Amino acid sequence: MTAIRPRAGIGGVGESAPRVDGLPKVKGEFEYASDLRREGMLWGETLRSPHPSARIRSIDVSQAAVRPGVRAVLVAADVPGRPRFGLDVKDQPVLAAEVVRYAGEPVAVVAADSQEAARQAIRAIAVDYEVLQPLTDMEAALHPDAPRVHPGGNVVRDVRILHGDPDAAAEVWVEGYYETGMQDQAPLGPEAGLAVPAVDGGVDLHVATQWLHADHEQIAPCLGLPEEKVRLHLSGVGGAFGAREDVSMQIHACLLALRTGRPVKMAYSRPESFSGHVHRHPSRIWMRHGARRDGTLVVVHARLLIDGGAYTSTSPAVIGNATTFAAGPYDVPNASLHGTAVFTNNPPCGAMRGFGAVQACFAYEAQMDRLAAALYMDPLALRLKNAMRPGTVMPTGQVVGGSAPVRKLIQGCAAMPLPPEEAAGGRDPIRLPGGAGNTSRGEGLARGAGYAVGFKNLAYSEGFDDSSQAWVRLSRDGQGAMAEVKTAAVEVGQGLDTIVAQIVRSELGVERVVQLPPDTAIGSAGSSSASRQTMMTGGAVQLACQAVRAELEARAGHHEVPDLIEFLDSPIEAVRTFHHRPTRALDGTGQGEPHVAFAFGAARAVVEVDRDLGLVRVVQLAVAQDVGRALNPQSVLGQIEGGSAQGLGFALMEEIDLAGGLVRNASFTDYLLPTTLDMPPVVSLLVEEPEPGMPFGAKGVGEPSTVVVPAAVVAALRAATGRALSRAPVKPDDLVGLRTFPGYRPPP
Amino acid sequence: MIVRLQVNGARREADVWPGTSLLTLLRDHLGLYGSKNACEQGECGSCSVWLDGELVCSCLVLGAQAGGREVLTVEGLNLERQAGAVQAAFVEAGAVQCGFCTPGFVVAVTDLLSNDPAPSEASIREALSGNLCRCTGYAKILDAVNLAAGRLRDSPA
Repeated sequence: MTAIRPRAGIGGVGESAPRVDGLPKVKGEFEYASDLRREGMLWGETLRSPHPSARIRSIDVSQAAVRPGVRAVLVAADVPGRPRFGLDVKDQPVLAAEVVRYAGEPVAVVAADSQEAARQAIRAIAVDYEVLQPLTDMEAALHPDAPRVHPGGNVVRDVRILHGDPDAAAEVWVEGYYETGMQDQAPLGPEAGLAVPAVDGGVDLHVATQWLHADHEQIAPCLGLPEEKVRLHLSGVGGAFGAREDVSMQIHACLLALRTGRPVKMAYSRPESFSGHVHRHPSRIWMRHGARRDGTLVVVHARLLIDGGAYTSTSPAVIGNATTFAAGPYDVPNASLHGTAVFTNNPPCGAMRGFGAVQACFAYEAQMDRLAAALYMDPLALRLKNAMRPGTVMPTGQVVGGSAPVRKLIQGCAAMPLPPEEAAGGRDPIRLPGGAGNTSRGEGLARGAGYAVGFKNLAYSEGFDDSSQAWVRLSRDGQGAMAEVKTAAVEVGQGLDTIVAQIVRSELGVERVVQLPPDTAIGSAGSSSASRQTMMTGGAVQLACQAVRAELEARAGHHEVPDLIEFLDSPIEAVRTFHHRPTRALDGTGQGEPHVAFAFGAARAVVEVDRDLGLVRVVQLAVAQDVGRALNPQSVLGQIEGGSAQGLGFALMEEIDLAGGLVRNASFTDYLLPTTLDMPPVVSLLVEEPEPGMPFGAKGVGEPSTVVVPAAVVAALRAATGRALSRAPVKPDDLVGLRTFPGYRPPP
Repeated sequence: MIVRLQVNGARREADVWPGTSLLTLLRDHLGLYGSKNACEQGECGSCSVWLDGELVCSCLVLGAQAGGREVLTVEGLNLERQAGAVQAAFVEAGAVQCGFCTPGFVVAVTDLLSNDPAPSEASIREALSGNLCRCTGYAKILDAVNLAAGRLRDSPA
């Protein structure tokens, strides 16, 4: 019989257990949302506004409705319930009624027998627009005479943090102005789902999302149905990175299914996907750092502006993060930090890996290098001198608790071996900037190295209780003991299901772990975002396992029997909910205790630049990351490497190209993602200092590398070229001096 | 129009709109969902299949062009020794995260190793540069290729 007791080598915590979904995925058998199908299903398609700002005079669906195979054409007036949705602020129309606020906003939806028929019907809908002048500049949005995107004005959220004496005198000052572009999450799996009408008048939605319960809470009121008549089931998720935090096709598919009485599938094409989800906020950041001559930071002044686009989404939390992190992972006794998220008629922005921390890090780390130069100091020495540590008081007044091994990360990152120098001549072209294009012959090559240190909050902040619930059942059958687990937590690819299985194996000593499909029949698990699921759902699963084990041991009467399985004549089950410690919202001067915990990271980038052509080759990335405890080391490394790739993309190539509010590169031909030829080797160092209060001391690991890599890559480019490079992504024009940005200009 | 073709060794036919891609024919008409639709522009390689033994992006081939020809998809690979080694290596090396790109990579890597049993790092990177992965940063995919190549060399068929 299987002994029920923790033991090593069964794929428990700390082992690089293979992914539980690995085999079906390599065989092509894993079912993603875009693979869903049902007998007799219809296809749904969406008509989107071609204008960033317009008034809708009329919509004529008559030609579309009579096309062959068309079963339903719905406009705003057909939405039976609440006309708007949104993650927190419900300001986004299910279908636009009177005005459209961004190009790509849904105006009508169609269900038809085939996808072609639905697409043709979409083109037969006639919308009469009165085109308005769009507001597309985030600084112009703050102007008193600017057109108002929403009746309440153009400020989504304004955050002011005053700390110590912001007028404190310093001996050395540096100031800088920085910009970052609009990045797309570009998960390879498109937005997709299948809505199936139910006999009780409700609907079952199978969907790829990051948070079943947040979708549920938004969908049901719009359908005019009680929550129990709307049931969400997780389908296979082909990556997320923040893109699936907001609702996309969910409500539309349910509306069409309820109207037609047939299952309706919606699956976005790649161009539509660029309109179908929010993006990373573009930013403009002004910073002034004051220090003593010995390098001690005295004061930081920061003004941050981010473009939230047309609707609220998660902009309030993103600007909260960017502003609370603006002084960096350093001990800064005095600060004045002012962040604003604005509405414009650009596509809505919201969650993407790094969530406000990426933009801030790009600016504050450039400032640290600038300050080091002004002080004639080694940039790493400056960072080590000022590094945050447990007990450091942050600008919000929050005292850094938990682990904060910032010095260890900086030293560990710097100690990782540098890549060898390479002669320019005689190389395989793919090892030259510009790569296989064979553009550069190696003339004018310059190598540079740059560092960046940064941090990210773990789980939700500012008073939010994003708890997670888990159900565990331990039973016995002919094959021995078996544990079943159910949560509503979403596996987006990060490896959560494997971590959950590892936790159960370690807590209960059972190898056989069966995970039931996530749905809304159990309590919320919170979102698969903010690097939180290993801690939160991992924590809930651990608590439930401990309750089960306690009951088993109570049955046994003592703790030392070799075969607890003998006491499993009847199964034991437990439901537990894990909460992180409470946080406190910011007050009027930005004081509070907004964050639960932090994960820190340090990166070094080594680059080569062809200074004549502005071409770049990243030679190596070295990332040291504070992981608390690595529950699955292989999976942690995978997160660091993947996060680094998204950071490299942000630094060098990825940007949604907007012209007057229109996206000009909504395809993988025009929106460039890093390939095998762009990604260098990533060397990683895991720093393990357990985080108190979290399961096994684990910290979330998904985001720090994405936060620090962009700043490190651009620092390396500055070192190689001597140019200021104040904007990411850095383009060839910037590297040869054809495009420059002001070193500083007055903030708005 | 009716398209008749061989898919994974079996005779199949589908009644498709003439503009239907081979990818859509495989997925929506034959129910072979292993080939993925991530970009439908030939940029991401998620829909990689063999057409008469040539590696192609099935989104760039019309279904009608495959008429009378032989298509091999990821679903047809599972029993083959080389592909099996590639699949096992992907799981072991941690090369799978969300997995949406994985079938395309498995096909592309199997094709690479059948042409070059001992590829250099440069040739692996070049051969796979038409397959996008958004999750892994490619490091563990390269590890998987080397792991599979090594095992196949150590135990030739």
